[in-house]
Amino acid sequence: MKQEYDIEVDCANCAEKMQAAAGKVSGVKEAVINFILQRMVVEFEEGVDRKGVMKEVVRACKRVEPDCEIGV
Amino acid sequence: MNRKQKTMLGRMVATGSLLVALQFLPLGGEGMFAASIGIYLLIAYDILMKSAKGMVRGQFLDENFLMTVASLGALALGWIQGAEDYNEAIAVMLFYQVGEWFQSIAVMRSRRSIAALMQIRPDYVHVEREGELVTVSPDEVPPGSVIVVQPGERVPLDGEVLSGDSSLDTSALTGESVPRSIRPSDAIMSGCINLRAPLRIRTNKEFTESTVSKILRLVREATNRKSKSEQFITKFARIYTPLVCSAALLIALVPPTVLLCTGQESAWTTWLYRALIFLVISCPCALVLSIPLSFFAGMGGAGRAGILIKGSHFMETLARARVAVFDKTGTLTRGVFEVMAVHHSEHADDELLRYAAAAESASSHPISRSLRAACVRPFAPSCVSDIEELQGLGVMARVMGHHVAVGNARLMEQVGTHALPCHCVGTVVHVAIDHRYAGHILISDALKSSSASALARLKELGIDRNVMLTGDNQRTAEAVAKELAMDEIHFELLPVHKVEKLEELMSRNKGRVFFVGDGVNDAPVLARADVGIAMGALGSDAAIEAADVVIMDDDPLRIPRAISISRRCVRIVYQNIVFAIGAKVVCLLLGALGLANMWFAIFADVGVLVLCVLNSIRAMYDGK
Repeated sequence: MKQEYDIEVDCANCAEKMQAAAGKVSGVKEAVINFILQRMVVEFEEGVDRKGVMKEVVRACKRVEPDCEIGV
Repeated sequence: MNRKQKTMLGRMVATGSLLVALQFLPLGGEGMFAASIGIYLLIAYDILMKSAKGMVRGQFLDENFLMTVASLGALALGWIQGAEDYNEAIAVMLFYQVGEWFQSIAVMRSRRSIAALMQIRPDYVHVEREGELVTVSPDEVPPGSVIVVQPGERVPLDGEVLSGDSSLDTSALTGESVPRSIRPSDAIMSGCINLRAPLRIRTNKEFTESTVSKILRLVREATNRKSKSEQFITKFARIYTPLVCSAALLIALVPPTVLLCTGQESAWTTWLYRALIFLVISCPCALVLSIPLSFFAGMGGAGRAGILIKGSHFMETLARARVAVFDKTGTLTRGVFEVMAVHHSEHADDELLRYAAAAESASSHPISRSLRAACVRPFAPSCVSDIEELQGLGVMARVMGHHVAVGNARLMEQVGTHALPCHCVGTVVHVAIDHRYAGHILISDALKSSSASALARLKELGIDRNVMLTGDNQRTAEAVAKELAMDEIHFELLPVHKVEKLEELMSRNKGRVFFVGDGVNDAPVLARADVGIAMGALGSDAAIEAADVVIMDDDPLRIPRAISISRRCVRIVYQNIVFAIGAKVVCLLLGALGLANMWFAIFADVGVLVLCVLNSIRAMYDGK
């Protein structure tokens, strides 16, 4: 199950770091950030609570880049 | 510019002017230091705060933190050494901010201009409801509704024209700038702009299934797959910062210690300064931004030319392709039958066509349709009577009082005359008028006018082999291949065999084979190729799904265009990689040897970023 989120992040390298951080969250199969489109596509594992997982994703991203916004 | 960017611009201008003013103030020692600190805080306060936050979270390698260390270090060193000014520390922050600002502007701009290319989403639609025209959102209109599109408006939904003679600007969909004329009963695609007269259209698709939505979906999903260059950069970025920072630490610690141990002056301030230079260039942002930006710009440019590329790695593959494989029907040929010639006619050519078309006027066979399409001045329907279809032979009818037979050679025998054979490739339709042989009409699937030049252009671009796969018979295939100077042909293939042939070619040319088809029955082949290119694919969902590159109209010349756009884009990507890494490595070496100062490092960081971004944007313009 894939879901798209709008994000706001200012630097390209930070976006890469966020992508890596989001990908490590349990319940996330793959996270891909497109810095230029300011969009994150998250692919979830089967049968997970997406809201809960996204909360963790936001937390993980904020850890590496406090200045980012994720439109959940 | 948004508000954030405007505020930043203000801060940067203020910092710059204060910095200049400071040079003329008769301040010395402490006064200078205090004033410099003030300016420094003006430009750097947000960075300082962010790095403090980062530190709390244990993020020591984020760029804010590194910039903070570098600039504060420079300030401190200046103070210890009793420097006359602190311009370097301020400049580090100032230019770092300039770089960030420029980056955000560049990204915003290119995102906008590419979005504008794809600005085809209609906002409203005028729909007829109970005799009245109401304006609603396109997704509220069910198929089968009647809508009206005024001149200057965008066609919001796919459908069929009921009334109105107009022309359409299809450039947003196809990249083709010549307007296309449209008449009642023509199919119309959403996304075109109506140019001349109002059109009434009966819709046949919902908004989410219409051409516009399909294209938008395609574009949005396009950039999710990453190319090899991007993967390389991601990996590089991951090790680059820690590596440079470790190097900085070593430079700050090792040489002074060694010097001290060997009984010399430790010169630790010199080495600390050199280490700070390292920190300034420790962010790989130029690369991390400019590579995807180049691809994005390249795909935007391609989109403007009517070529949708579904991901940057297809651009890379297309750029180094060596073997072009084509489907014949609908790709190199028009896929519709056309009258090519009239032979042995005693009458004027168009006169013979008139009779033949009249006799065939009741049939819906593709051949009959091609006859009618070629007939310039058809007889009125009332002139035709007694139409009789003879299975496997042809048609007989009475036209303007004459007995007309149109069909194959056997039909000619049957009406008591002889057919003359034809030496050309194609389907031959014989015509007898009043039981006398009147000549024959040659019908075949015509080559597209630009097929030959497209293939020649591919050769110029360094494609080794042009290969054609077709289900057609040998004679037709060979005739087409000869005309187009194909290097290799395979004929009488079923779709399954096409995949086999393609795999054979792919095993000999790994990663360098692209296939071009019209997607009608070659979706498996499209999907199997290293790059599958679907032509004129707006009609076919299967093709859009299976293809990696979608060419909106059916002009074969867009294939070499796609290749040259991809090559140009990939070239720009490589330039950026080499330039950005090169500049940083040079700067690191010179910095370690004490030949570069902090100004130089600032250039290597921000200057390189700016140049790379500007270079990236070039990918959007022109690919010829």
